[in-house]
Amino acid sequence: MTKEEALKVEHVSFRYEKENVLEDVTFSVPKGAFLGLVGPNGSGKSTLLKCILGLLKPQQGNIFLFGTPISEFKEWHRVGFVSQKANSFNTGFPATVEEVVASGLTAKLGLFRFFTRKEKDAVKEAIEAVGMTKFQKQNIGELSGGQQQRVFIARAIVSKPELLILDEPTVGVDVHHVQNFYNMLEELNRHLGITLVLVTHDVGTITEKVTHVACLNKHLYFHGKAAEFAELQADDLSAFYGHHLHVLSHQH
Amino acid sequence: MIEAMFQYEFLRNAFFAGVLIGLVAPLLGVFIVVRRLSLIADALSHVTLAGIAASLLMEKKIGLLSWNPLYMGMGFSVAGSLLIEKLRSVYKHYQELAIPIILSGGIGLSVIFISLANGFNTDLFSYLFGSVSAVSRQDVWVIVSIAIVVVATIWFLYKELFLLSFDEEYALASGIRARAIHFVFIVLVALVIAASMRIVGILLVSSLMTLPVAASIRVAKGFKQAIAYSVFFGELSVIAGLFLSYELDLAPGGTIVMLSVCILLITIWWKKWKRG
Ligand SMILES: Nc1ncnc2c1ncn2[C@@H]1O[C@H](COP(=O)(O)OP(=O)(O)OP(=O)(O)O)[C@@H](O)[C@H]1O
Ligand SMILES: [Mg+2]
Repeated sequence: MTKEEALKVEHVSFRYEKENVLEDVTFSVPKGAFLGLVGPNGSGKSTLLKCILGLLKPQQGNIFLFGTPISEFKEWHRVGFVSQKANSFNTGFPATVEEVVASGLTAKLGLFRFFTRKEKDAVKEAIEAVGMTKFQKQNIGELSGGQQQRVFIARAIVSKPELLILDEPTVGVDVHHVQNFYNMLEELNRHLGITLVLVTHDVGTITEKVTHVACLNKHLYFHGKAAEFAELQADDLSAFYGHHLHVLSHQH
Repeated sequence: MIEAMFQYEFLRNAFFAGVLIGLVAPLLGVFIVVRRLSLIADALSHVTLAGIAASLLMEKKIGLLSWNPLYMGMGFSVAGSLLIEKLRSVYKHYQELAIPIILSGGIGLSVIFISLANGFNTDLFSYLFGSVSAVSRQDVWVIVSIAIVVVATIWFLYKELFLLSFDEEYALASGIRARAIHFVFIVLVALVIAASMRIVGILLVSSLMTLPVAASIRVAKGFKQAIAYSVFFGELSVIAGLFLSYELDLAPGGTIVMLSVCILLITIWWKKWKRG
């Protein structure tokens, strides 16, 4: 295990009930990489991310974050997360955009510490980065689904994580903002050196922006550089996606 | 009443206790309501009743030293809160089931204790519906201590409690000690319920934790504002309720709760009216 790996997944198998949802999944993400994780619905992508975040415990295998097994990992503020279900929260919750984004600093700040000027500036900056400055005093429940998603992205980046994990973060976000958002991710990745793991169905973006690709469908079908992925034959992909290929090739 | 307050200690006690409860019950209530746990307060208040009944029974039957029944009530309430947590983890997919289980358990126990004692005197009645004259100096000290603990805990754990309430999964993923914090929170709820019961009575405790909050989230922008409004509405109904009940010779608990209902109706109406 080198220090150069932000994330390492070793022979991980996971099942909710009887059947394995993940089977013997092994891969690693070097620091500074941008990994696109693709796979059909129900292929275990979200499940894998939950294992990485310590929300689920795999029955077999090991996961390392920055070289530390996650059972011993304490510095969770180094990892940011945007969940697939981010906007399924209680929409009547009386919290402003500012308050929600600030809550992303909770773990980093630590117990018994209060927000200072520095944290407030970071919150402002993150809100600006997702273009929500105009809405910062609004209750989050009063925003559209796409706007809410942008707030959750801001919450994930406000703590300046070294590894950012995003589960289909752009669902419900319009084309213009998706473009902005991917540019922002690229910015974070290239200039700040943040390692990214992005689950998406948008294979077009994948080949354009990411450095590495992993294809998951219970097993890991492919893992390698983005350029190698682009060279994959259509046959290989159809074996992996099955009937989903047709839909996906439309998006190219 | 103000004149009388200088004269009678029991009125001063009731007033202090009321002001403190008007602060801490809605303060915790905000977190309870946004987490959709409103019924927990109800379940715990009935467990508290069982504790009080047990304490009164022991006093009557065994002639055990006359402890303040508040202590036993608090003990039962805290135990009940821990049991709810346990049940919530057993019934992962039916978490709300924990509440009726504890609630009926609480009532069942209370009824048994009460029947064993062949009924109690007015004492129990004052616990059920609240009473101004029943608040002793010792009660006030208990309530003061609980209020200090509650306010300090919310102050120091505010950002963790906010995160936990808003998004439990994210709270867990971000590595804060979510379970421990939730545990502290639920114990606080149990303590506040035991404390509030003196003034508003067991049957109405939960309303003081939920009604001011229900009014506040209609009008508040943001969480801090929701807390501020909740406490404001809570204090308004408690203080006005105590005065009114004294002057008109009504039960304080009922008066306070009906004032909360009025405030709630006004905010609903106000919001509609503002919209056009
Ligand atoms: N809480 C759960 N309990 C039982 N089974 C589950 C649970 N969550 C997911 N599953 C099952 O695990 C499998 C993988 O689900 P997962 O959510 O990881 O897929 P995914 O790749 O994220 O799909 P999508 O592209 O639709 O988001 C599915 O077959 C699903 O039915
Ligand atoms: Mg998913």
